[in-house]
Amino acid sequence: MIGVFYRRPSPGAAPFVEPGQRVEADTTIGIIEIMKLMNPIVAGKAGVITDFLVTDADAVEFGQPLATIDTSA
Amino acid sequence: MSDVPVILVANRGEIAMRIIAAARRIGASPVLAASVADKDSPAARAADRVIVIGASPANQSYLKPEQVAQAAVMAGAAAVHPGYGFLSEQPALCELLEEEGIAWVGPRPETLRAVGDKGSARQVAIDAGVPVGAGVEIDDPANVVALGEQIGYPLLIKAIHGGGGRGIRLVTNPEELVELAPQAAAEAVAAFGNGALYLERYYGRARHVEVQVFGDGEGNAWIFGDRDCSVQRRHQKLIEECPAPGLSEKRRALLHDSSRALVKVLRYRGAGTVEFLVDTESEDVIFLEVNARIQVEHPVTEEAFGVDLVAAQLLLALGRDPQLPDVGPVPPAAVIEMRINAEDPNADFQPNSGDITRLVWPQGPGIRIDTQIEEGYRFPPFYDSLMAKLIVRAHNRDAAVAAATAAVRNVTIDGLKTTLPMHAYVLAHPDFIAGGIPTSWFGPVWEARKESLT
Repeated sequence: MIGVFYRRPSPGAAPFVEPGQRVEADTTIGIIEIMKLMNPIVAGKAGVITDFLVTDADAVEFGQPLATIDTSA
Repeated sequence: MSDVPVILVANRGEIAMRIIAAARRIGASPVLAASVADKDSPAARAADRVIVIGASPANQSYLKPEQVAQAAVMAGAAAVHPGYGFLSEQPALCELLEEEGIAWVGPRPETLRAVGDKGSARQVAIDAGVPVGAGVEIDDPANVVALGEQIGYPLLIKAIHGGGGRGIRLVTNPEELVELAPQAAAEAVAAFGNGALYLERYYGRARHVEVQVFGDGEGNAWIFGDRDCSVQRRHQKLIEECPAPGLSEKRRALLHDSSRALVKVLRYRGAGTVEFLVDTESEDVIFLEVNARIQVEHPVTEEAFGVDLVAAQLLLALGRDPQLPDVGPVPPAAVIEMRINAEDPNADFQPNSGDITRLVWPQGPGIRIDTQIEEGYRFPPFYDSLMAKLIVRAHNRDAAVAAATAAVRNVTIDGLKTTLPMHAYVLAHPDFIAGGIPTSWFGPVWEARKESLT
């Protein structure tokens, strides 16, 4: 996926998740916008989000890591 | 805006290298939109920046208009060059870019549509007074006998939305036509999503000759001579040359004037090619199609006339003067291009991929090599098999054939099977040396060679 990464469902809204929060594999952690199309991004694995590697509204490329998840937690 | 315009290169392989070189030539900054497989490629190193647009298979990267357009936005591109293949003739990417105010290096989207299907391209040609083959659309695949009589045999059944040589059937009598037309309609639905068919006269011994045009977008045309691309296997070009050998002045004038008329009718913008069938058994010259892009074989024209067509494309897209000269119909040199593919000509041209362990190119005056490969390059399995184009220029055709023969002999590519042995054979063949062979020539000649070796 390539586009602009957003941590919130809309400007001013609360982020989908915060670091330290527990997520399931299908929990939405952000959105990538490609040419005005919004694509929900799910965690992919269950665990605890330890960190976001990109900031809100950053341009991201295909294959770029977005966040780290501690799956042992 | 900075003074240095950014050009997004939305392609890979040798044509990505070519576009990057042209961008440098005009003082622009090339940015490459690459798949994962190509993110460390020679083209990626040659660009100022790489944006990874998707996974390695082309249908997840190079064929995604939204992902390419997004990369253009992220790069701050002034223009996007689509190369050939992939999205180069799709109005979709062109229109996404238009919405973002980014220039498309190619014709307008309405031109892409007008020439993009055979039915409408044929109508455009008729409107421009360009000779087209006797042909007719099929209304009902179950009721075709009268149409067949109208065209005469042998004839071809073609899918209106087909392309690249697919969806074509040869028919020699009415019984075959009745049997094959419904099959062809069903296949066209499956392959192209549309079952529309037409019939056209079949020329069994015709040449493929094409004209290089460059339109200013207002109806004016530069014509950069013609190319012969008749050395083909299953409709895939293997060797191209400029000028087309042995054309009478009258025929050449008809080809060039027809192409000029098409540019005018279409108000064609940028580089394009008008393809014709030139019969060797009659005086017929028949319009085939307009390729609304830069073509693989454009270097033979560049070398023959001493022009940079890709730089001209970029300049025009940026709203500048393309800096092209007015030239005569015949260039001052003869040029031959050999497509070196990662295919084994002794095993039915089966593609192969792997590591290039040793690579040596010939050197000398008039030798040009357009390629992405280098020693240590891992030729990927995801894309087409074109490795390099070896282009050789000399003062006349005989000298060009001799120089090309020597150049082929002095290429070393270890690690992969290539089409080089096929080129050596064709360049030494008396029929090719004589010039003017039809497109049906190569297949049986190559088969006969195989049999003579076993």
